[in-house]
Amino acid sequence: MSLVTFGRIMIISVASGKGGTGKTTVAVNLAFSLKEKVQFFDCDVEEPNAFIFLSPEIKKTFPVEVSVPEIDYDKCNFCGKCADICYYNSLAVIKPRLGNPGKIMVFENICHDCGACSAVCPVNAITEKKRTIGKIDLASVKEIECLQGVINPKEILTPAVIRQEKRFIDKTKTVIIDAPPGTTCPVVAAVNNSDFCLLVTEPTPFGLNDLGLAVEMLKDMDIPSGVVINRSGLGNNCVHDFCEKNNIPILMEIPFERRIAELYSRGIAMVEAIPEYKEKFSDLFRKIKTIVNKKN
Amino acid sequence: MKQIVVISGKGGTGKTFLTASLAAIAKNKVMADCDVDAANLHLMMDPQIKNKEEYVGSRIAVMDKDKCVKCLKCHFACRFGAIPESLEFDPFSCEGCGTCALVCPEKAIAMQDEVSGTIFTSQTAYGTFIHARLKPGGESSGKLVARVREIAQKTAEQEKKEYVLIDGSPGIGCPVIASLTGVDYAIIVVEPTLSGIHDMERVLEVVAHFKVGAGVVINKSDLNQDNTDKIRAWCVERNVPLLAELPFSKTVVESVVKARPYPELYQDLISERIKLVWDSIK
Repeated sequence: MSLVTFGRIMIISVASGKGGTGKTTVAVNLAFSLKEKVQFFDCDVEEPNAFIFLSPEIKKTFPVEVSVPEIDYDKCNFCGKCADICYYNSLAVIKPRLGNPGKIMVFENICHDCGACSAVCPVNAITEKKRTIGKIDLASVKEIECLQGVINPKEILTPAVIRQEKRFIDKTKTVIIDAPPGTTCPVVAAVNNSDFCLLVTEPTPFGLNDLGLAVEMLKDMDIPSGVVINRSGLGNNCVHDFCEKNNIPILMEIPFERRIAELYSRGIAMVEAIPEYKEKFSDLFRKIKTIVNKKN
Repeated sequence: MKQIVVISGKGGTGKTFLTASLAAIAKNKVMADCDVDAANLHLMMDPQIKNKEEYVGSRIAVMDKDKCVKCLKCHFACRFGAIPESLEFDPFSCEGCGTCALVCPEKAIAMQDEVSGTIFTSQTAYGTFIHARLKPGGESSGKLVARVREIAQKTAEQEKKEYVLIDGSPGIGCPVIASLTGVDYAIIVVEPTLSGIHDMERVLEVVAHFKVGAGVVINKSDLNQDNTDKIRAWCVERNVPLLAELPFSKTVVESVVKARPYPELYQDLISERIKLVWDSIK
């Protein structure tokens, strides 16, 4: 039974707040457990790991490009408006003096590709050239279409890579998005416009602290959520208490088990080695659908 | 003054656990939590807040509907998908660049500064501690990290402390880059998993670019001996010192639950090895 919302099937993002709680674990195992046509997005573009577990065959790779300003010195009058308007301090104007021709310094790696400088230039001296900051791999395994975005080390435009990756979303499929850790702009870019966000946490004070931040972020974004407690049993009840107090549904608990950790360390998804988990993840999906249905 | 940052690439490897442990061992230092997206170190430090500073990290485009003539110039100008045809600005996509305000012929759009976080300076039993809270959904974590570091450095100078000990964030993006610039040493905490190794290699690329000295700590080292051996060999090959191997122990989680630095609760192999980490890098 498929659910159609806003002219698309469903987009489920998997986030956490705290790093290392098991987002990729849950996202991958969920993808492997569904009968639906699935499209998997690894949006942790700084440190993508899902392909380790999916082991998909890469079919095509696209560069992720952004534009940076290029100055035509025949037209430039060194008025400085470009540097003034740039919110990111990516431009510095060195006016001509004492026989030195003057220069507009462009700090390409902090340019955010917003277009303000070329828009403000009164003499049309700014055009744009493309720069590659990462790549998107398109792949597949079993019936699952998999994508990963990978930002080049030292580049900072993480949200730009995520946004370009998400352009490949196929609305006829069940989309699962593996988000980065944290609660700020990369995660916002990854979970934005999803129908549901699954929050994976660990039952410790660190897990709780960051879960609270993630819940706040999702409330602001008006995205319904539910919690998966990973490594349950290793810690205390603070997360359970928090969820109960705040009416946040706990949709699944994965107990702390050394064998699961070992499988993970070897790059093996738990549903592949422990088949009982397939039903548990299918169940998780059913619960998510119920919540999304109710909201609509 | 020596600045030491603890990073990882992969999340959840034990950065904050290690930083809190070093905080209990190292003398003569100021501490900073630069994981501003999801700060945890304060949970271990029992900080008494002495000063709060508001952080204006971003701005947001706001449209005056009375002035808008629906020409859609802003919709076409916005490269971040924040202005759909409906002209209902999406605050979560808005990056505050100001291009929309620039192109609007009616001057209907204003850029409003956002207080997107707070920086705290606190006293703890382990020394002065600087940390920050970025509002969930906030932007410019890199700039906030830079401000936290600036305050930490100034404080260390004023208090004549020898070290700034920094808890870093996961990933390799701007918060991590802002934690690495001008730092003297980076401790990379890695777990012996394929994911952990993959991520460690990427973060070390960034560390190498900034010409920062680095050392590796393997946490949960007995989880997978093959992978631990891989990391050892990799360290030898790249000439990166392996500072310690910490075996998995439930006592580590217990120390987090009890909110106390590990060496204060346990004097065992793990706390001994953490002491050796400090001895070798100080």
